[in-house]
Amino acid sequence: MSGSGRPTLAVWKFASCDGCQLSLLDCEDELLAVTERVEIAYFLEASSATVDGPYDLSLVEGSITTADDAERIREVRRMSRRLVTIGACATAGGIQALRNFADVAEFRAAVYAHPEYISTLEHSTAIADHVPVDLELRGCPIDRRQLLEVISAFLAGRPPRISAASVCTECKRRGNPCVMVAHGTPCLGPVTHAGCGALCPTFNRGCYGCFGPMETPNTASLSRQWLALGASEADLLRVLRTYNATSEPFRRESELHEPQARA
Amino acid sequence: MSHKLGLDDHFSLSVEALTRVEGEGALHVTVDGGRVTETRLAIYEPPRFFEAFLRGRRYDEPVDITARICGICPVAYQMSAAHAIEDACGVTVGGPIRELRRLLYCGEWIESHVLHVALLHAPDFLGYDSAVHMAAHHRDLVELALRLKKAGNQIVEVVGGRPIHPINVRLGGFYRAPSRAELRALAEPLRRARDDTLTLLAAVSTFDIPDADMDYEFVSLRHPDEYPMNEGRLVSGAGLDIAPAEFGAHIAEIHVPYSTALHGRMIERGDYLVGPLARYSLNHDRLPAAVRQAAADAGLGPECRNIFASILVRCVEVLYAFEEALRIIAGYEPPDRPYVDVPARPGEGHACTEAPRGTLYHRYRLDADGLLTEIQIVPPTAQNQPSIEADLRRLVQQQVDLAGDGLEHEALRHRCEQLIRSYDPCISCSTHFLDLRLTRR
Repeated sequence: MSGSGRPTLAVWKFASCDGCQLSLLDCEDELLAVTERVEIAYFLEASSATVDGPYDLSLVEGSITTADDAERIREVRRMSRRLVTIGACATAGGIQALRNFADVAEFRAAVYAHPEYISTLEHSTAIADHVPVDLELRGCPIDRRQLLEVISAFLAGRPPRISAASVCTECKRRGNPCVMVAHGTPCLGPVTHAGCGALCPTFNRGCYGCFGPMETPNTASLSRQWLALGASEADLLRVLRTYNATSEPFRRESELHEPQARA
Repeated sequence: MSHKLGLDDHFSLSVEALTRVEGEGALHVTVDGGRVTETRLAIYEPPRFFEAFLRGRRYDEPVDITARICGICPVAYQMSAAHAIEDACGVTVGGPIRELRRLLYCGEWIESHVLHVALLHAPDFLGYDSAVHMAAHHRDLVELALRLKKAGNQIVEVVGGRPIHPINVRLGGFYRAPSRAELRALAEPLRRARDDTLTLLAAVSTFDIPDADMDYEFVSLRHPDEYPMNEGRLVSGAGLDIAPAEFGAHIAEIHVPYSTALHGRMIERGDYLVGPLARYSLNHDRLPAAVRQAAADAGLGPECRNIFASILVRCVEVLYAFEEALRIIAGYEPPDRPYVDVPARPGEGHACTEAPRGTLYHRYRLDADGLLTEIQIVPPTAQNQPSIEADLRRLVQQQVDLAGDGLEHEALRHRCEQLIRSYDPCISCSTHFLDLRLTRR
């Protein structure tokens, strides 16, 4: 608690697009009410005023891609009573983890005229690879209703109600016809963590897995179904290697569809 | 207690973590014997290598993937990517799909501009550290701004599926086109929001906005009949008039040691400015009469060269975006099919679109299998970075000259931060560029 008597909230950014922390400012109807219940003690994107730690709740966005950031996250952990990671970068290394499957020195030379000016690690890694994490909130980006649930649960001292089931359950609740069955559209929904409200299928599109793997996904069975619907091995490799490429079930399954694995 | 600096002091001013901007950056200024010797806007946002890992991906993927460069302006990335790849494939999209894309962009302009005007920038003018602190005394203003921002996000949600990283955009159009009823339901809240924007504009026009008259070369898209968003030629006040495909022949990107963002420079003339000031000043005649009148009432002429007044220009663009969204909704007839086919063919495509912060250039090269072989992305903040540094140099020199012995460190720091925020720099965006290209033709 700070001098205000309210629990303190800190928001931290590592390698990311800022979208997950923006989700907090996108809670237009709730933002002012939230700030009456928690003190925003550290949130550089929103405020110049910072309060020294420790913090009661830290929200961490982004992945670890530099040696400095690997040190900084340990400092953040030391200052935080509860630490919640928000979004695919923080929970799975994010889209920038595609470097993990390539040669980062070559990447650096491809993008920068003077690669020697750029310091970066070979891999982009999740926050949980560096420090203990109390809760991971999935999504690229996270869902703002889930973020509000996490903050409310924290204030009430209860566990947040976040389902670990698949996107399929959300389609069923919305009454969506299955895009795989009804339209023959390949969909990652059966293996993807719920949370978005089955957005893509609602817009006649197959899920592309931006919330990462569900709790116990049957990726082998889904891959067979994709191939049966006419998707290629290359399609499977691409869709599994996008926003949550280093999540264990997606990484393992993607390796089965690499050209050398199939040869 | 404020620290006063003598004229002959050697001093340096460092702001190690810029706040109320998107992303991570720092400012370093050095003054020696009363002369500003160095201003550096250091961007230490770690690089994410989009242009590198997109190589070998399929040509229909950048619409989703490049959105992840920036959570504040994902639609801008989706629009530039879609138009550039359609250009490579020889496809032009018209009719209601074109209108829907414009509507989506209106939503993002509103959301991004209102976020900046009210939640990030206004606290500078009213003397607060954040909008949350500001709300204690200006609750009506903050609540009004949150309502406007929500209205912008609702447009993006209805057309794009969600406000951040919309899922409904694809090459050739959309996965699903909204029904007339879905869009009509937006009209009433948007009309109220348009009227509220006049209140916001009136409030912002009472702010104590510092004077400045800068000699920028403004650069923006210009379209024959519209205020520019997705189409047009890239023009400047100094005579630039090119198709987006000629971008690389006129603009080079330079890699400086202290920043992970490349600097954009015009090969012929050096620094230039993109963004709301440039767009407004080069396209004032494309605004509807009612919007021009509102701008005049707020004290803006047909051209604005004061970067501190960019907050007013953003409000005017928000007003325009609401007017334009209402026009599109009123005339909307759903397309027969929500997208046109975009078959891959080998070649290169280019597009410039107007992101909230200015011109966003994308270039893609495709091979015969529809895989990407070369990608170039030039975001607005990278293009503005040399101008930001030049303005900082002038500002600090002016303050040093004026204040003499009385220069206050804190006041100078505040003024520098206010100047940087006036650009609405998006640091997450600007940390993704390409290798240096100096193509002269």
